[in-house]
Amino acid sequence: MVRFFSALGAPLLALFQYLGELILLAGDTFRSIFTHRLRWKLFLNQVVEIGLLSQVLVIITGGFTGAVFSAQAFFQFNKLGMGSAVGAVVSVSLCRELAPVLTALMVTGRVGAAMSAEIGTMKVTEQIDALRALAVYPIDYLVVPRTLAMIVSMPLLVAECIAFGVVAGYFVAVYLLDVNGPYYVANMVRWTRPRDIIMAMTKACVFALLIVFISCHKGLTAREGAVGVGRATTEAVVNSSLAVLIVNFFLTMGLNIIFPAGHQ
Amino acid sequence: MIEAPPSPEPQTKPNLVSGNSAPMISVRSLRKKIGQQEILRGVDLEICTGETLALIGRSGGGKSVLLKHLIGLMEPDSGEILIHGQNIIGMKERQLAAIREKVGILFQSGALFDSMTVAENIAFPLREAGERDPKVLSAKVAQMLEVMEMEGQEEKMPESLSGGMKKRVGLARAIIRQPSCVLYDEPTAGLDPVVADSINHLIRRLQRQFGITSLVVTHDMKSAFDVADRIAYLHEGHVYFHGTPDELQKSKDRLIQDFLLGRSEGRADCL
Repeated sequence: MVRFFSALGAPLLALFQYLGELILLAGDTFRSIFTHRLRWKLFLNQVVEIGLLSQVLVIITGGFTGAVFSAQAFFQFNKLGMGSAVGAVVSVSLCRELAPVLTALMVTGRVGAAMSAEIGTMKVTEQIDALRALAVYPIDYLVVPRTLAMIVSMPLLVAECIAFGVVAGYFVAVYLLDVNGPYYVANMVRWTRPRDIIMAMTKACVFALLIVFISCHKGLTAREGAVGVGRATTEAVVNSSLAVLIVNFFLTMGLNIIFPAGHQ
Repeated sequence: MIEAPPSPEPQTKPNLVSGNSAPMISVRSLRKKIGQQEILRGVDLEICTGETLALIGRSGGGKSVLLKHLIGLMEPDSGEILIHGQNIIGMKERQLAAIREKVGILFQSGALFDSMTVAENIAFPLREAGERDPKVLSAKVAQMLEVMEMEGQEEKMPESLSGGMKKRVGLARAIIRQPSCVLYDEPTAGLDPVVADSINHLIRRLQRQFGITSLVVTHDMKSAFDVADRIAYLHEGHVYFHGTPDELQKSKDRLIQDFLLGRSEGRADCL
């Protein structure tokens, strides 16, 4: 028993230390956001990098998710004579779950990996030491612009994912599966409420923070050499993806109390 | 049989201050352990205003670690570092900013920002200090490049520069805000003898032209003799010898002679 707990102790301590470091990084970043000047050029560069250059990825993700979900929902609902309810199911599912989670996973793969690799390379090539030596605090210069750019970009990307998912779902249902178009739209509008959109945006912001802090932390703590940067990048993607999936469950349960699903 | 090296010349409580000038940097009983290895075992050192001190010693002997402590990039286990009489140990990162504005550093690799051009790298400290006028920035960059004998290289990216050019750009970036002290980490490492000599001349010229206090970490003895007013030899985590280049050359100490002449006598512990 003692051996079991002592074996459990080290990984648990490491986990708590890791979570503590993430919280400290987040605290430092928010303190910096509110007390130090923002480097607008770096912020806008990151908005382009995170938001603009992720467009194609998010459009494809949203479009094909909406399309396949619409088809699957139709195959099941049509047996019950509820084919036109597909619009509502696709729209609400995209808002509350699919769009925020899939967008976050896609952004993790594209942006989170790039963040940790870029910052990790700067760490091992002494560029972060050079920043510090030039009296520039790395959190202000590297983490703050990325955090703000993520907070701005993620909700927009999620909204885009929802929009393209709904449109693709409509085309599949109406033009391929012969669902009545006006009924499809009427059901979708009737059952999709502002609270579903609020839930999507809330999740987008939370996932944005998870991805940026996990990825930047991995970059800032990368060990020497190419292996260290590679490992940091892999861990950033894995940890961010797991964090998104785990936190999503708790967010869903919590937000469903505040913003319950359905037409009430 | 290997003879034990004779005891060093008596330097237990070194009077490291040369001449009349006040120490700009004082290091007192500095200790640092990394993992299980004790890198610094009570280093005492003083660098006087306006002088060039060369810190020599074998590879892995803690020279670069000591240098990083002087600018607060590493935190020691114990000891004091006074810069202009102000102890920097325990200072928070943001408090260190004021100190770092007075002390520039040239990293071994140059540590140029690889996403920026040469001009952007050199102008970076001024831009961060709030200078926004493009005319002022480009004039200062051109002036720095002239000092470094690198005119017309403004738009190049760091990856297209040679090792010597990277160091010059790194040096230009370090001195553009006119610090009172510059720390050089292996400024001639990896350079051919001609380029290394030009870097040594540059260090000397900066000291003469701008009165910059310099600490040069090196194991290149030619470089040390070329640039230094005084030389300190770091061995096994403490300052083993300090004195003028002339005193170092005349030293009869076995360890110092081995280092100067590059003798290993096949000892595996030199690796």
